[in-house]
Amino acid sequence: MSQPLTAAERLSIARHPQRPNIEDYIAALFPHFFPQRGDRCYGEDEAILGGVALFHGRPVTVIGTRKGKTLEENLRCNFGMPSPEGYRKALRLMKQAEKFSRPVITLIDTSGAYPGKGAEERGQGEAIARSLFEMSRLTVPVLAVITGEGNSGGALALAVADRVLMLENAVYAILSPEGFASILWKDPSRRDEACEVMKLTAPDLKELGVIDEIIPEPAGGAHLAPEILFREVDRALSAQLAQLERLKGSALTAARYQKFRRMGAAAPKEEA
Amino acid sequence: MTNLFQKRRSRLLAMKALRGSYLPPEQIITCPGCGREVPRKEVSDALSVCPKCGYHWPIGAYLRLSTVLDSGSFRELNPRLAAGDPLRFPGYPEKLRQASRKTGLNEAAVTATGCIHGRRCVVGVLDSRFLMGSMSAAVGERLTLAIEFAAKNRLPLILFAASGGARMQEGILSLMQMAKTSAALARFAEKGLLYVSVLTHPTTGGVTASFASLGDITLAEPGALIGFAGPRVIEQTIGEKLPEGFQRAEFQLEHGFVDAVVPRAQLRDTLGELLLLHEKGGRP
Repeated sequence: MSQPLTAAERLSIARHPQRPNIEDYIAALFPHFFPQRGDRCYGEDEAILGGVALFHGRPVTVIGTRKGKTLEENLRCNFGMPSPEGYRKALRLMKQAEKFSRPVITLIDTSGAYPGKGAEERGQGEAIARSLFEMSRLTVPVLAVITGEGNSGGALALAVADRVLMLENAVYAILSPEGFASILWKDPSRRDEACEVMKLTAPDLKELGVIDEIIPEPAGGAHLAPEILFREVDRALSAQLAQLERLKGSALTAARYQKFRRMGAAAPKEEA
Repeated sequence: MTNLFQKRRSRLLAMKALRGSYLPPEQIITCPGCGREVPRKEVSDALSVCPKCGYHWPIGAYLRLSTVLDSGSFRELNPRLAAGDPLRFPGYPEKLRQASRKTGLNEAAVTATGCIHGRRCVVGVLDSRFLMGSMSAAVGERLTLAIEFAAKNRLPLILFAASGGARMQEGILSLMQMAKTSAALARFAEKGLLYVSVLTHPTTGGVTASFASLGDITLAEPGALIGFAGPRVIEQTIGEKLPEGFQRAEFQLEHGFVDAVVPRAQLRDTLGELLLLHEKGGRP
């Protein structure tokens, strides 16, 4: 592993424009990828990419947020901020994965769910809530990888998983540090300070029990040596999947329930 | 004996409810809805609703419970479970103490069992005076314990949402309460039990994006703001002003996210009807 970095340094690596994105992961790790589109209710949201692929020869459903690389792609993908259609498509694909008994792997890099007018009209909150509800009882293995930035309910909607993995320099938080600073201190420029108190780095979250495994990145960040990173992600996913596949569906859902049931359970105090 | 306990419990709730009013202390108050001056007593007798225009003031958790539960049926669940400071966030313990002093509550959620029209149920209420009704780990824990209690005892569940969203000072652990409460509701649903979600002003952020949106039946109070992103954030994002009534209860009804908008005066009877309709499950 590389030298310990500050939370703000990790954030800038997590947001690096050359950081590998979902298309890169799919090209490197998931051959025969067939993208599936549309939520069957309203439309297609390019901010979520999902479909069937092979992972070491076995079929899996891969779903993730998508930002695009060029400006034109960024706009089409709404800079990786999904709308309700995106979450409903993701859920449709997860239920399908359950039908065909194949594992679900999600790759998360989003600044959050899109706070737009149409998104509200079509029930952004309901779409995320439904995803949390349904993911908690999927009977197939679910693996989530926070690859870049995982912000708010928009990230959690794809992360109710048996194992939550996180890249060494990724961040996972309740909202962006800028948003946090502006809500709490009315000053978005206090971003770096927010980074320190938010406990959003992989080591912090591992300690809090929110994530299960940290995937090491090449020194200086994933973008400097993507091939090394993909090998590490491949190794981590294979090992976790091998463990989960030994469990029956009901044991998986029971363990997943307990995993999230424990989150913050020790935080409250009993008053005398 | 039972009667004596019932009386004590009903007095206890009435006393706690006294602090649950959002109304200004003056004898004559100005309604934020219509701008007219109305006697405070008239408003408070109408369950904090303006007798002129129907504007609904928010109400506190115990006051809410006293307006929906049969007298003497209230029994609080986990009353001593209070917020901790899991991230050791600077200044947070002091904020909690202030909120407690102001409201007499030790967290933003109160959960209880009680009866409506004689039918036992589990009720959880968020109180937006306590740090905007935000979801802390303790709020998530109280709600989850209430959902699990309802599942175990095969009781219907009613949750009143009123929240600005996540509790910033508890960071990611606040976010995780969304998954925790939603997962608990999924288990509850598998038992074939009824969950009624009542959306009150304001229901936003992580609360909208979790338990509040998962009701078998979803009711809303008139005029309540209900949405994921707050109106200011949306306006900043899209660079235009939102139309009048955007994200209000009536808007959500029109867009298919709410079964009925129910004035506060009818809420207890509506909930009573829903409990009656679901009492037998599917049996004839």
